[in-house]
Amino acid sequence: MSSYRIVGIDLGTTNSLVAFMQGESPAVIPGEDGLNLVPSVVALDEKNQPVIGNAARKYLAETPERTVYSIKRLMGRGVDDIQEELKFFPFRLAEDLQPGEVLRIKLGDKTFTPPEISALILRQLKRNAERFFGAPVAKAVITVPAYFNDAQRQATKDAGRIAGLEVLRLVNEPTAASLAYGLDKKQNGIVAVYDLGGGTFDISILKLHDGIFEVVSTNGDTHLGGDDIDNLLITIALDDTLGDLSLDLRRNAEAVQAIRKAVIEAKIALSSQPSAKLDIELPGDKRYLREITREQFEQLIRPIIDRTVGPCKQALKDAGLKPEQIDEVVLVGGSTRIPKVRALVKELFHRDPHTDLNPDEVVALGAAVQANILGGGSEATENMLLLDVTPLSLGIEVAGGVTDKIILRNSTIPASATQFYTTQIDGQANVAIHVLQGERELAKDCRSLARFDLKGIPPMAAGMARIEVKFLIDANGILNVSAREQRSGKESEIQVQPSYGLTDEQVEGMILDSFDSAEEDFRQRQVIEARNEAATILAALDKGKKSPAWGQLTTDEKKKIAKMEKALIAVKADDDYQAIRKAIDALNQGTTRLAELMMDSAVSVALKGKTMDEADMGEGPTAPHPMAKAEFE
Amino acid sequence: MRDEQTEMTKAPLTTITAKPAPEETQTCWSCGTMRAVHFCEFCGKVQPPAPVDYFTFFGLPRKLNLDVTALEEDFYELSRKLHPDINARAGSQEQEWSLQQSSLLNDAHRTLKDPIKRTQYLLKLEGVELEEQSKSATEQARSTGELKKQIVPPDLLEEVFELNVQLEELRMQKKMGEDDPALIEEIGRQKLELEEKHEALLEELRTHWKTWDRLIEREQAGKVVSEDERKQARDKMVDLLNRRNYIRNLVRDVSEALGE
Repeated sequence: MSSYRIVGIDLGTTNSLVAFMQGESPAVIPGEDGLNLVPSVVALDEKNQPVIGNAARKYLAETPERTVYSIKRLMGRGVDDIQEELKFFPFRLAEDLQPGEVLRIKLGDKTFTPPEISALILRQLKRNAERFFGAPVAKAVITVPAYFNDAQRQATKDAGRIAGLEVLRLVNEPTAASLAYGLDKKQNGIVAVYDLGGGTFDISILKLHDGIFEVVSTNGDTHLGGDDIDNLLITIALDDTLGDLSLDLRRNAEAVQAIRKAVIEAKIALSSQPSAKLDIELPGDKRYLREITREQFEQLIRPIIDRTVGPCKQALKDAGLKPEQIDEVVLVGGSTRIPKVRALVKELFHRDPHTDLNPDEVVALGAAVQANILGGGSEATENMLLLDVTPLSLGIEVAGGVTDKIILRNSTIPASATQFYTTQIDGQANVAIHVLQGERELAKDCRSLARFDLKGIPPMAAGMARIEVKFLIDANGILNVSAREQRSGKESEIQVQPSYGLTDEQVEGMILDSFDSAEEDFRQRQVIEARNEAATILAALDKGKKSPAWGQLTTDEKKKIAKMEKALIAVKADDDYQAIRKAIDALNQGTTRLAELMMDSAVSVALKGKTMDEADMGEGPTAPHPMAKAEFE
Repeated sequence: MRDEQTEMTKAPLTTITAKPAPEETQTCWSCGTMRAVHFCEFCGKVQPPAPVDYFTFFGLPRKLNLDVTALEEDFYELSRKLHPDINARAGSQEQEWSLQQSSLLNDAHRTLKDPIKRTQYLLKLEGVELEEQSKSATEQARSTGELKKQIVPPDLLEEVFELNVQLEELRMQKKMGEDDPALIEEIGRQKLELEEKHEALLEELRTHWKTWDRLIEREQAGKVVSEDERKQARDKMVDLLNRRNYIRNLVRDVSEALGE
């Protein structure tokens, strides 16, 4: 039943969730606070310890310089890519960043790379799941926006590794959502998934065919979402306060956070009310008051939500479909709660979209379905298979700075292409390859993925070497490159060095850092578990002593049991979980005859201490769980 | 297993009709009992990928008229055996094979389902270097602004000459900030005609497929097909693809000039 331990994770811009397959349907695992959503916020507390999720939210206003949110926007990106983000997000870059280095963000006086911050969020989700299962979790499926490029995917995978998770698969968010929807309605047809989240937009068109979920086309914008609406409203409020109150708050992080909180609340309210009021306390005993009607709001956000139209039309075109040919439209992401967004989708696809599943949870639920499939499947997921595509074309730079596309966008993955290279001069030992991702014709307009160096080519006359380079995009949408020289006698593998993102060693180093504390966490949980178990068996023994079977034991047996009971009570208070377990085992053994006698006398009180095996986990989140909050001290 | 009765129809899904004939004694690396190709029919384990062409991968003869619906069914069926998700719990070597096999399956399906890509691929297998293969040269020429030397198909000479004059005029006008709706309409009309021609060439290509497929069928029936006959059939398709490619580039140029 190892598949139980593979969890599905939605690592979102605004919120993150972890889910698992509970019997035949996926369920979200709540945190210790009982809430399903873990805000993707990371803060450092007074003792420099990371605080994650709801607990970190209070630091947003109190110590904004020690807090970070929307880190997903920086995943897999370089300094040059994020100038636009820096205008709107309070990301504080490390001052000593070297060119070409992976970004580092300052929290207090420490610095973290985006994968490390994401790893802290993932670790929190992992802990929530472990607490829920009462057992360690080591494997996960993590979702990414369909339109994420190679570097962004790699950064997400790195984050998983840093968090101590083996990432079995990266699944595209809209595709995951379709899995969650497809589970109960096993039918054939064409489905469009419109996914407008906190920071990213995806549109995917899928063909459902007897359990096969085949993505036909996908498109999107990895920098478009609810965040943009918030920023627009914040900008207006800041302009207002500057104009009306002569108060320049742009550099006042605390005030900006207060405004941000208020506009988000107003935005949410406007999805169900005709108008919302902004009432914000500002420094110097001033107040910002403003009423905003839904009509005004819709006018303001029109330019933002209109940016989803182009990708939708392109996805339809790439799929060779007309809007009428779409059988169902599914909405995903919190921003699809906005009535104007729903109206736009209806206009685009000529039909009412589905909203049966919670748009905040559907991606995580789908990730849990995929986790179940990877774990060997169950009755519910039998015959289900996901065939996804690569969102962007893969190209190689050729003479003249032109991109030669070798794997076109919307190709089903895994996909591969083989190119042949040769040397230009006698004895040349290296060949440089520039790999690009994007749709533009010129290399400079595409995203540079990596510069590979083919090294160690055996010395030969110019043009004699024949180097076969295989580019393979795996099922995670991540590029793998292998190369071999064919002309020289032996087929020597040639070393390839990607020039982007964290190196393996860097990731290793980061894992160890967090691994140490993960070990400590796990040890603490083991202690709590063992104590709970000890309490269970001691309670059962008390019951046993009152049963008629007790009288059937010899004095010697009773003495032995009393001794072992005492020993267990003694070690129970200590932090050594192995000692507690040992004492439990001893008492278990010593009371075997008592248990048998009780069984014989048909007193059906199980004295055997229940171990926390997986049989207990089937009850799921609705049943009181052995590791439920109340049992933590 | 390949046998003679399958020669006219598609061979069973799990059979490789490799050229040269596959070794008869191939067995599953895992259970060793069955003759195995992509996966073992007996225990279902994925096999190491064989270096085969796309037609062979699907157990198809090198014919160009193919049942795309049946191809898709095969594609789905093979995906259920070869996809990395299905083999996620296998050993690392098997996972690697699954990745290789699955990418080969996807590459083969993508190529064969599309009539143009299928034809181009077959011609490449037959040793033809297509104009289209030097796509990068075309794009390089476009980026540097140099004209790539391209032979204008004779039947288009007159039309292309006239169109080029009009396009030049349009570009001049645009530079001067002028606007001539009549000219734009005329160019638009010609573009439409070119697009229709582009479509019609696909139909014409299908008739060449028939000629080619008949040669393959004769070969399969054990009859001799001369290299000359093969070459003739190939050349017709090459010529047509070049013409089609030429028109496509022309349409692209027109769209660009129209600012579309």
